[in-house]
Amino acid sequence: MDWTIFWVGATFATYIGIAVWARAGSTNDFYVAGHGVHPVINGMATAADWMSAASFLSMAGLIAILGYGGSVYLMGWTGGYVLLALLLAPFLREFGKFTVPDFVGDRYYSDTARLVAVICALFVSFTYIAGQMSGVGIAFSRFLGVDFNTGIFIGMGIVFVYAVLGGMKGVTYTQVAQYVVLIFAYTVPAIFISLMLTGNPIPQLGFISNVKGEDVSMIQKLSDTLTSLGFAEYTTTNKTTFDVFCITAALMFGTAGLPHVIIRFFTVPRPSDARLSAGWALVFIALLYTVAPAVGAFSRLNVINTVNETTYVAPGEDYAAQAAALEAEGVTPSPAWFTRWEITKLVGFEDKNGDGIMQIRGPNAPDGLANEVTINNDIAVLASPEIAQLPDWVVGLMVAGGLAAALSTAAGLLMVISSAVSHDLCRRTFFKGMSDKSELRVARLAAAGAVMGAGFMGIYSAQLAFVAQVVAFAFGLAAASLFPVILLGIFWKRMNREGAIASMLTGLVPTFIYIWHFKLGAGKDAGPEEWFLGVSPEGIGFVVMILSIIVGVVVALATKAPPKDIQDLVEDIRVPGQRRPHGIADAGMAPAE
Amino acid sequence: MSHNQSETTPEVGRPEIDGKAYWKEVIRLTLALLAIWFLVSFGAGILFREVLDGVKLGGAPLGFWFAQNGSIYVFVALIFYYCIAMNRIERKYRIEG
Repeated sequence: MDWTIFWVGATFATYIGIAVWARAGSTNDFYVAGHGVHPVINGMATAADWMSAASFLSMAGLIAILGYGGSVYLMGWTGGYVLLALLLAPFLREFGKFTVPDFVGDRYYSDTARLVAVICALFVSFTYIAGQMSGVGIAFSRFLGVDFNTGIFIGMGIVFVYAVLGGMKGVTYTQVAQYVVLIFAYTVPAIFISLMLTGNPIPQLGFISNVKGEDVSMIQKLSDTLTSLGFAEYTTTNKTTFDVFCITAALMFGTAGLPHVIIRFFTVPRPSDARLSAGWALVFIALLYTVAPAVGAFSRLNVINTVNETTYVAPGEDYAAQAAALEAEGVTPSPAWFTRWEITKLVGFEDKNGDGIMQIRGPNAPDGLANEVTINNDIAVLASPEIAQLPDWVVGLMVAGGLAAALSTAAGLLMVISSAVSHDLCRRTFFKGMSDKSELRVARLAAAGAVMGAGFMGIYSAQLAFVAQVVAFAFGLAAASLFPVILLGIFWKRMNREGAIASMLTGLVPTFIYIWHFKLGAGKDAGPEEWFLGVSPEGIGFVVMILSIIVGVVVALATKAPPKDIQDLVEDIRVPGQRRPHGIADAGMAPAE
Repeated sequence: MSHNQSETTPEVGRPEIDGKAYWKEVIRLTLALLAIWFLVSFGAGILFREVLDGVKLGGAPLGFWFAQNGSIYVFVALIFYYCIAMNRIERKYRIEG
């Protein structure tokens, strides 16, 4: 516990220090860090921006439970970077403005299009940020003995300092520090667990190696262990192939369409830096994402091996004495980490058959026994240092890592929310004559307001049911409503205002209704047989995206071609270094350089 | 190259660039790389997974491995290859990226 306080305190002090050093002096600094971020630095910041509390804490455990089914997250949340690098980032950088609604509004010469884009960006970002803030609250209340709401206020205070003072500039450099914290906390325990289970220190290789000292592969052994306890085989899933396809696609296109990811690529100097930066971002993300499935598999095997059929030791009393007494009787006591984590309620034991022994069983257990052990998904990562028997200072680092992941993502989202208000709504739509100086002031105010809004959404996240459906809502809407108009805006000169608005609305409305119906509404308990084409709410974004592209193209062809200024603009952004101002496209705001 | 007169029009301040030919090459490269992107993830990791699972990579079924690890390595390689190839195309068309 002392080490946890030390690491959280030390990392928070670092973030504040960076914030004071990287203050923003202009809107250019505030929104896009003066277009001056080195591509490798931006890659690292993007990785922290991208990897949320869920990626850090929950993903490995989720994969451990889902087995092959967890692959949708691994492919979906990395494959989107290929789309970003090849299809969006360099061209949007060449376009040379501050936000995603800037592009949509100017490319489609329409404030209506801009407003629809603002609504999409705000909804996606608020859904996403509420989860980060409640993650911060949970981390504080569970591990530091602070009240949930107080935890959120502390988190809000930290983000407030660097987002309001430094804008994108402050956010960028704190994200770099946060990446270093989270990747260290994640990979060090993984290396030791891999060494312990497989004898190979590299988790990615341990993942495909044999179990240490045995002639059977780790994955085979895990599958055999699971089936013997009545679980499904590790390398299978109960989802249909088509659904797996759609979910993966929705997550990939959604990743590419998420505003807080896209705006990170506006901070580098040139289009060539934008694509290079996407490559580095994926390298830094892959460092965690290729380790996660290994951590998941290792922990599932390890938890079963060390917990199943052991004799329960209750928390609150002297663990060592009780364990020694049990061993003297010739029975195996439950491991120390289980007892310790039981206090946080992340693991639990209910002695259904009253034998005092902990049985882990799947739904089809051959011996007919009921499962008695519950393990929260976050345990795979949180307890990994203890399972690997690492010193206490590493254990304490895990909470700091989780907080770094949550705060860095929250900060990126705050930039989208505040720029949507101060830039897209105030400067570009309602008060077009606004000076740079007053816009910067409004931007800081908007960032401060967004911090409060996010904090309160975090506090009330338990009551706001949609917040728990981030994966479906945020990615589905980004894929179906934002990705198509950006893509067509770059690759199809003929795409016009009417097509863009029709396409965004087609993406927004059905996706929202479908997810709401099947996740929160009347169809909440419906099975896959009632889903449209058998596609789950997590994958519907992809199906609607196809529809949205078709509607956009048909409407565009049925209406007037875009003005010559716009067509010239599209030609310019395709070729690096060719961007010139073009009449109506740039009348409201001049492009960079 | 149809626009090799770039050095002969200094009054424009910018060399004339054959944007259309450049864009055609970019599109060809992009489509080729997206085909690989699709093959390693949706192909190897999802559609052909069961066939590939018959082959083992170390101790892991190959399709499963592509879905959880392999596709990510290829994604990284694809982006860096794209950067190198784009720089080459830009040099060819004398574009300052």
